[in-house]
Amino acid sequence: MSIAAEEQKASHEHSHGAPSGLKRWLYTTNHKDIGSLYLLFSLLMFLTGGAMAMVIRAELFQPGMQLVDPHFFNQMTTVHGLVMVFGAVMPAFTGLANWMIPMMVGAPDMALPRMNNWSFWILPFAFAILLMSLFMEGGGPAFGWTFYAPLSTTYSNDNTALFVFAVHIMGISSIMGAINVIVTIVNMRAPGMTWMKLPLFVWTWLITAFLLIAVMPVLAGAVTMVLTDKYFGTSFFDAAGGGDPVMFQHIFWFFGHPEVYIMILPAFGIISTIVPTFSRKKLFGYASMVYATSSIALLSFVVWAHHMFTTGMPLAGELFFMYATMLISVPTGVKVFNWVATMWRGAISFEIPMMFAIAFIVLFTLGGFSGLMLAITPADFQYHDTYFVVAHFHYVLVTGAVFSIMAAAYYWLPKWTGNMYNETLAQWHFWMSLVSVNVLFFPMHFVGLAGMPRRIPDYALQFADFNAIISVGGFVFGLSQLLFVAVVFKCIRGGESVPNKVWDGAEGLEWEVASPAPYHTFSKPPKVD
Amino acid sequence: MHTPLIKKLILAVLGMFAFAFALVPLYDVFCDITGLNGKIDLVVAEQSDRVDESRVVDVSFTTHAKSSAPFSVEAQQYSVIVQPGKLSEVEFIARNLSDSARIMQAIPSVSPGQAAKYLHKLACFCFDQQSLQANQTMKFTLRFYVDTELPTDVQELTLSYTLYDVTDSMATSNLKQKNTPDQLVSLAEDVSLRGHENG
Repeated sequence: MSIAAEEQKASHEHSHGAPSGLKRWLYTTNHKDIGSLYLLFSLLMFLTGGAMAMVIRAELFQPGMQLVDPHFFNQMTTVHGLVMVFGAVMPAFTGLANWMIPMMVGAPDMALPRMNNWSFWILPFAFAILLMSLFMEGGGPAFGWTFYAPLSTTYSNDNTALFVFAVHIMGISSIMGAINVIVTIVNMRAPGMTWMKLPLFVWTWLITAFLLIAVMPVLAGAVTMVLTDKYFGTSFFDAAGGGDPVMFQHIFWFFGHPEVYIMILPAFGIISTIVPTFSRKKLFGYASMVYATSSIALLSFVVWAHHMFTTGMPLAGELFFMYATMLISVPTGVKVFNWVATMWRGAISFEIPMMFAIAFIVLFTLGGFSGLMLAITPADFQYHDTYFVVAHFHYVLVTGAVFSIMAAAYYWLPKWTGNMYNETLAQWHFWMSLVSVNVLFFPMHFVGLAGMPRRIPDYALQFADFNAIISVGGFVFGLSQLLFVAVVFKCIRGGESVPNKVWDGAEGLEWEVASPAPYHTFSKPPKVD
Repeated sequence: MHTPLIKKLILAVLGMFAFAFALVPLYDVFCDITGLNGKIDLVVAEQSDRVDESRVVDVSFTTHAKSSAPFSVEAQQYSVIVQPGKLSEVEFIARNLSDSARIMQAIPSVSPGQAAKYLHKLACFCFDQQSLQANQTMKFTLRFYVDTELPTDVQELTLSYTLYDVTDSMATSNLKQKNTPDQLVSLAEDVSLRGHENG
């Protein structure tokens, strides 16, 4: 009897089905429900943050001040960044972790289901607080998502407290999610699933969870210091009282740099899952992938000051952080090499998840290269705080993290819903996104090199043409994502039924359960040989 | 079954939260040892016993009042040319521009940063917080010398003072000192500043 049939029998046996209506979602401790909640929340935040990006691009469509005043523009850039990082990318990965990790390791659920419920349900409140502040007198946070002191202390308005508490709640949510992931992976693997048999998505998430535990508390510390500096008369970042504003940057980037790997390591796991499936080959260099991921994570703790080359570091510091940063490209290069080697002489087919995965490999690598350029200290003095930086981190975060999330959504959506997505719509979504995202972000490299500063609502006339092109790319990319929303909801509501093993080249325990995945899976642990 | 692991993880989280705050004193210690960041010791230096007559260094002075600080402090000389090791004196005229008594704190900084630890002050108004009556004008003397160990590639350095109005925060920090004596580094520094003579 197949595992899928057993599962169906099992779910009949304890027929304490889910409660219906709103309560089902409020009280749920089921990893699949919570995964869906995370993913839908992340989609909502992706659209919210995207709407803010549209405001930014509309204002920058022409030189001069057109639509919004500079203060509101600053709020848009700030909240766009915060919403995309903490509301879209991170919850999407947590949602995927919730859905897939128990199924991939053969566990019945996450280890701590009640905490799982909490870690999701405090998130909407965090973002309600953050977004609410936009409508209050004085407006929301306008100091950039990096909230450098003294912008966030001396020069911010009183709504900063709301920003601080929102970040606290987001941090608590991430930490709870990370603890849950670690405990699940360490304690709940099916018998026979040894460490070096773990699917790579599980490996990368395990390492990500350790990064989260290491740095989210540091972020909490940083916002707490901002809070007490602003409201309770301390002077952590105030030179008058013996503090130092540059220290803020050190503390922030000690969190901030591992944070960027938190947003990309699970993406590496997703790509390492999808590429072998559609190349119909085993992943090339599994062990080297695991070691590369670990070394990227370790190195991420010793490169933070490459964000701060222009603060006046001594030469020795600049050299150290430059070389340490460049060193990261070695394990990252190992990964890219392995993906390409996996595809080499494979029987490749180009389903939508594979298209996104290939786009990821090419465009993420491009973003990595501009990162290497930024790592060169003397060159960074020219690039610092220009659109070149904006281009760099959007290549690694949009065509990197976001594309990997799209790839994952297309890859596992049939497993989650039991229905195949609409291929035509998905093709449109992919090609529209691919073209427009490059129209949107590629010219930013050039305006950045020519000296256009980031986070400014106006620009010199010579940048006008490029900015118009960038804005058009932005609008098309924004609209294309509505196609994604359409694909997802169409797929949830119906479509061609799929077999248990949706993709013929796929491997892993998740493909042995029924499609759609039953409410309870692996109540009895499977045997892994 | 999960409890031991969860306990360890929660401990790690709390440890990292504490580490974020531990970074504050660590940062100061690091800057102190390496002399980075242009941070200057706010302590009275010993006089140098030798003078390097083979070269001279150009020391300029600049002051900058924070927007909310109603003070002006001006050096009587824009810059002085000194021999390393030789004691120099520069007079500063400080004014309280407001109509009420205020307390001023000047924070010195040296650029280039790596020269910071080679500038020694024997007397400075920045060693202490200065009370200035409404519209009062005061004269301060800065007595300093440049260390003979100053790297030879540094031929010019700038001593810059940022002026802060600490009237309000003095009131609150005195209050705090009573309640939580060891809470903050800044307060600890306040304590170490006390007792030094004015310039």
